[in-house]
Amino acid sequence: MENQRTFRRSIGEDRVLGGVCAGIARQHRLDLTRVRLAFLILTLFFGFGLFAYLALWLAVPEQEKTKADWEIQPSGLLTWIGRILLSLFVPAIFFVVMRTGFIWLREGQAHQVLIALVAVIWGVGGVALLYVIANAIVEQLSPRWRSAMLPFVFVGPALAILSWYLFIPVLRSLHASLMDARTDAFVGLDNYVYAFTDRTMLEAFRNNIIWLVVGTGLTVGFGLLIAVLADRTHPVFEVVAKSIIFVPMAISFIGAGVIWRFVYAFRPPGQPQIGVLNGIMTALGGEPLGWLTIQPWNTLLLVAVLIWMQAGFAMVILSSALKGVPSELLEAGRIDGANEVQVFANITIPYISGTIITVSTTILLLTLKIFDVVWAMTGGQFGTNVIGTVFWRQMFTFVHNGRASAIAMLLLVLVLPVMWYNLRQFQEQEAF
Amino acid sequence: MGQPKRAKWLGKAFVYGILVLVCVVWTIPTLGTLVTSFRHADDAKRTGWWTVVDNPEFTFNGYREVLGGQEVTVVGSDGETRTVRGADMSQAFLNSLTVTIPAVIIPLLVAAFAAYGFAWMNFPGRKLLFVLVVALLVVPLQIALIPILRDYRALNLNGTWLAIWLAHTGFGLPLSIYLLFNYINSLPRDILESAFIDGASHFTIFTRLILPLSVPALASLSIFQFVWVWNDYLVALTFLGTRKDVMVMTQYLQSLLGERGSDWHLLTAGAFVTMLLPLIVFFSLQRFFVRGMLAGSVKG
Repeated sequence: MENQRTFRRSIGEDRVLGGVCAGIARQHRLDLTRVRLAFLILTLFFGFGLFAYLALWLAVPEQEKTKADWEIQPSGLLTWIGRILLSLFVPAIFFVVMRTGFIWLREGQAHQVLIALVAVIWGVGGVALLYVIANAIVEQLSPRWRSAMLPFVFVGPALAILSWYLFIPVLRSLHASLMDARTDAFVGLDNYVYAFTDRTMLEAFRNNIIWLVVGTGLTVGFGLLIAVLADRTHPVFEVVAKSIIFVPMAISFIGAGVIWRFVYAFRPPGQPQIGVLNGIMTALGGEPLGWLTIQPWNTLLLVAVLIWMQAGFAMVILSSALKGVPSELLEAGRIDGANEVQVFANITIPYISGTIITVSTTILLLTLKIFDVVWAMTGGQFGTNVIGTVFWRQMFTFVHNGRASAIAMLLLVLVLPVMWYNLRQFQEQEAF
Repeated sequence: MGQPKRAKWLGKAFVYGILVLVCVVWTIPTLGTLVTSFRHADDAKRTGWWTVVDNPEFTFNGYREVLGGQEVTVVGSDGETRTVRGADMSQAFLNSLTVTIPAVIIPLLVAAFAAYGFAWMNFPGRKLLFVLVVALLVVPLQIALIPILRDYRALNLNGTWLAIWLAHTGFGLPLSIYLLFNYINSLPRDILESAFIDGASHFTIFTRLILPLSVPALASLSIFQFVWVWNDYLVALTFLGTRKDVMVMTQYLQSLLGERGSDWHLLTAGAFVTMLLPLIVFFSLQRFFVRGMLAGSVKG
């Protein structure tokens, strides 16, 4: 056992930074709080306390470690302050340096290729370097502090960014939704009253329900149909057919908007049609129609774009689930005298129901927030508004933060069941 | 024996018939766009694209106008040379690249560190913090647009690349962390233990061991994030604004749709230029793309 009367920096639970205060307190049998207070007060005098502390930290050796000392986990407020500061280290330094750099580049009127290159190398390399530095700093700490802080070198930056970009905005949007257009005055539930009574919003609700039910239903339905049929064809044909269905996945909603506006293009009767749909109409002897202006069917024509784009996604995932259904199970059903339809309805569908739910949920979330397609195709005109377009108009055209935030909160409330379901699934997995 | 055999043959024909029909319907919109992008401006306006069967005449004018600058000299369908206003989309292409590359790498790097921390390190609040990540998976990003926009205005950051990279990083993190966690967590524990016995630090294990082992997961995720960022419209419109010099491809195409909505040769060519890179990535790396999709398909 080491002599308690020699001055050694503490490594016990009473250590916070270098263990200097705790060491002094032990040596002179003083109250630890008073020693710390003394250093703090001395710091007020031209920083003397701080310098003295740093000097002692460097000069005085640590007390000898016993095995138990290595395993003590520090706790308390100071540790958490340290962890939060550490979490902010990478994002904050990155942000400050990059921002300064960008303002400098902007003033210098540098060529864009140069800016892009510098940004890519500097931005990406900078993030990596900051992790290295943060790790190097933490490696210098005492073992006890190191083990408490090191995890936050890894998870801290991600948590800080998530907090800024997603978690705190939920609270801020809730606050803004109770305020007026410029977030100056409290208006109570006015914005929510607007969200549930305004004519445009009611139209958006109706359309979103169409998107949700028809869009999700037909996307998953088509995906399943194609997956099931393709499974029964020659492998080469299967690959080609699936690729054709899947390609629209890679296209942006705006690109798809252009493609489909062209499909629905309308020319007055008598002129040659350029849109393929009206081309078919006139070839069959009918009158051309201004498809996108026919209410309320035009929303269904927009939903068709979503189905065209997302059926491939549903198909790929459902197809891999289908291939996972044990063939013995299907054979057993057939031997028992079930026909193909019965086998499919009573064996295959229940077996892949989990996957169907996952795919449906994904498409459902997509339809709930749908914006780009409608924006590119009709801009919300002709009764095609959805929650996403009304949100955008409130946010940008009318600059009404309160109403836009209320609509955003509404979207959040609508996804809460999915969030709850995800969390429950996660709990059941017991990955932790 | 004749009857069931014939029924089987009919069944097969039915399956193939429906699939061919679906494939044709799925291809027609893209085919029409592709054909029109190679037609003369006047032809595209006057006649349906299917008439090229009778009158096949193609040109690169659409693409030259879309990619060229303010003035492009083209030879029209009547054989006369004229100067037309181009769309200068090459700038937007460069902008899209500038936005996309860091907006794919930065979130992946940050997420990989976090996933390792959650999977293989122990700290108080670990489970609670991960539950938060799972909860944030489905938060609609509309919730963040107004608060973040206010922050950016205060920081004088609107319309900069940094603004949109960080936004994409923030919005892409939950899914990236979640998927990488699932992957890293499933790596055998013995690796970690034997590395520890050799005296390696967490940082060394992460950079030398875990990152190389996670390449398949990182590849699928980066393709996923790439397609998402490249095709994004809402985030770019919010944080980059509508200045022509910073617009990305999707914004540019949308503004073209507004300004020159009847110039179909131009719009269709523009649409194809925006699709070019995702289609190349998609066809060359289809396996990774599909794998990524299968791993996790829920994103807010």
